[in-house]
Amino acid sequence: MKHNVCLLEAVNLALASEMRRDEEIITLGEDIGVNGGVFRATDNLRDEFGVKRVMDTPLAETMIAGLSIGMASQGLKPIAEIQFMGFIFPALEQIICHAARIRNRTRGRLSCPLVIRAPFGGGIHAPEHHSESTEALLAHIPGLKVVIPSSPARAYGLLLAAIRDPDPVIFLEPKRIYRSQQQEIDDNAIALPIGRCFTLKEGSDITLVSWGAMISETRTAAETLAESNINCEVIDVASVNPLDMETILSSVKKTGRLVIIHEAARSGGVGADISASVAENALLDLQAPIVRVTGYDTIMPYFRLENHYLPNSQDIVDAVTQTMEFV
Amino acid sequence: MTRNQPLQYLDPEGNEMQALPNSCTPDWLLRCYYYMVLARQFDTKAIALQRTGQLGTYASLLGSEAIDVPAALAMQKKDVLVPYYRNHACQITRGVPLEEILLYWGGDERGNAAEKMQQDFPNAVPIATQSLHACGIASAFKIRNQKRAAVTLIGDGGTSKGDFMEALNVAGVWHLPVVFIINNNQWAISVPRHIQSAAAQLADKGLAAGIPSMQVDGNDPIAMQQAVQQALNRAYEGKGATLIEAISYRLSDHTTADDATRYRPSDELKAAWEKEPLKRLRNYLVFQKLWDESKEQTLQEEISTRVQAAADKYVAMPPQPVSSMFDYLYFEPTEQLQEQRDWAEVRAMAGGSHYQGEESS
Repeated sequence: MKHNVCLLEAVNLALASEMRRDEEIITLGEDIGVNGGVFRATDNLRDEFGVKRVMDTPLAETMIAGLSIGMASQGLKPIAEIQFMGFIFPALEQIICHAARIRNRTRGRLSCPLVIRAPFGGGIHAPEHHSESTEALLAHIPGLKVVIPSSPARAYGLLLAAIRDPDPVIFLEPKRIYRSQQQEIDDNAIALPIGRCFTLKEGSDITLVSWGAMISETRTAAETLAESNINCEVIDVASVNPLDMETILSSVKKTGRLVIIHEAARSGGVGADISASVAENALLDLQAPIVRVTGYDTIMPYFRLENHYLPNSQDIVDAVTQTMEFV
Repeated sequence: MTRNQPLQYLDPEGNEMQALPNSCTPDWLLRCYYYMVLARQFDTKAIALQRTGQLGTYASLLGSEAIDVPAALAMQKKDVLVPYYRNHACQITRGVPLEEILLYWGGDERGNAAEKMQQDFPNAVPIATQSLHACGIASAFKIRNQKRAAVTLIGDGGTSKGDFMEALNVAGVWHLPVVFIINNNQWAISVPRHIQSAAAQLADKGLAAGIPSMQVDGNDPIAMQQAVQQALNRAYEGKGATLIEAISYRLSDHTTADDATRYRPSDELKAAWEKEPLKRLRNYLVFQKLWDESKEQTLQEEISTRVQAAADKYVAMPPQPVSSMFDYLYFEPTEQLQEQRDWAEVRAMAGGSHYQGEESS
């Protein structure tokens, strides 16, 4: 059945769709039941699946993560919502020291097939702690997978994949584009692969690599640049761990130029890792230095200044122009 | 608030203070004593192995025998044990082979993979996180309408952590089939109980969560059996969680890397030995004419042979291959991991090996 949905509704669609197929799926989190989540990602799930499968928890993120680990060890498939990524930090000990390690620690005797969903990123004028992008922090942890959709279709397909994955997946939802784009989705239960980039637009002059909400800015920039006859290849990383360097490297070998765009702070970001891999594996294919367009290495400002922090399409156009002009 | 004395059946000399419950049959008492002796001999052997460089840092179980053994005996196979890092006596009683427990302390993940552990959680080094895992496991039981319980242990220090409080809270409000056991052995490494919390009893922490909570003499196996059995019955009957504070004493250093003489008065330790659990149960068995010197000697010899055989088996076990670092991280290793695994194997063959380099360090 086709649905014309935004990214947020695609999340809801995937959750409901998979919960109908798999009775072991439990959703839990703060305000996800009657209220349907503060963004409504779990809207109507409680009516359809009942309180045993759609659980409003006490207000404690460590507990949400710890509980999910215990449930997962019993073969349930918990999908936990952390209300905002800025509130995930109390749960990190559970996620890093246990969720990511239980399979390894027990040589596969136990495993931890859970999904932790969290809206992340800036751009909606939210209070402090509601706007950070700390995906690199989680991508650094062996044992986790970190997935970030950039459109309704990829939210649907990647969330299905995250739920079906036998290991813990952190699913970060770019809330800035929760409602900004509608797409027709077939609720066909087909998952997209985790650990594969998506080439959104083929091009021959330069490779633009990004993920999440920054994909929109990147596509806008690519359209602007096309008017100046600069043909950009646009790659949506979609999974920052595992990272599909193969797709990125083959694109860079073709174009010889690379700009990486992410909203998160620059230093120690996933862009640094991509740059390093390109330098290690394709240095001699580069015709210009790699450029990163990123957030600054400072605290995400309160919202009056957030647009000064967030990279935008003009920044990307400028970076590409500079790269193209390098001789 | 009026406070009951900790639940107790035997005094430190093994005299009956009140009639024993029917469940403590001679057979049960002898089984309990067997595992307590086994745990203690295992402990002595583990420390000896550590002192001779054959085991890593090891957390002694000395003084916890009357908590862990009765708790494990009260549990059914279908229940799930969620331990902290000092519950090898529970694991031994649950049937985990001694050599596999030694493997864990010998720096080998296979020690957490023992088939006999079934769905039990592995040893947890992070403090108090296991309390929440027990609640998640219990949630699964409840969601699936299974008559099972999760039993989780924690030290007195661990009760200061948020995870423990969050676990009590959710176990209370969701009526989860969990049994929380605090082994209050008075010391969290060098920090004594009185500067850990101003709560008059650590059991009081359950009250705020709406959980029936009680103190038990943790050197009295009969009292522990009763408390845990009742808590399990409550859990099976859908009545929710129970918190048991077992009062004991850490008769050892915190671990083999610790020296408790730096911070702990020796007369306190001496007084604690007067209340130690094995003597108490043995005396009672003798009073009941269930035990005598010759039986004691036979048992000690039998167990000594068993423990030595396990130690030999452990020492003879070769380390895992280098590739094992990569093989269990994900269900399927990522491409990057496969590349790194290949490299690690080449590196090991070239002599830069962890696999063959045991003597070289």
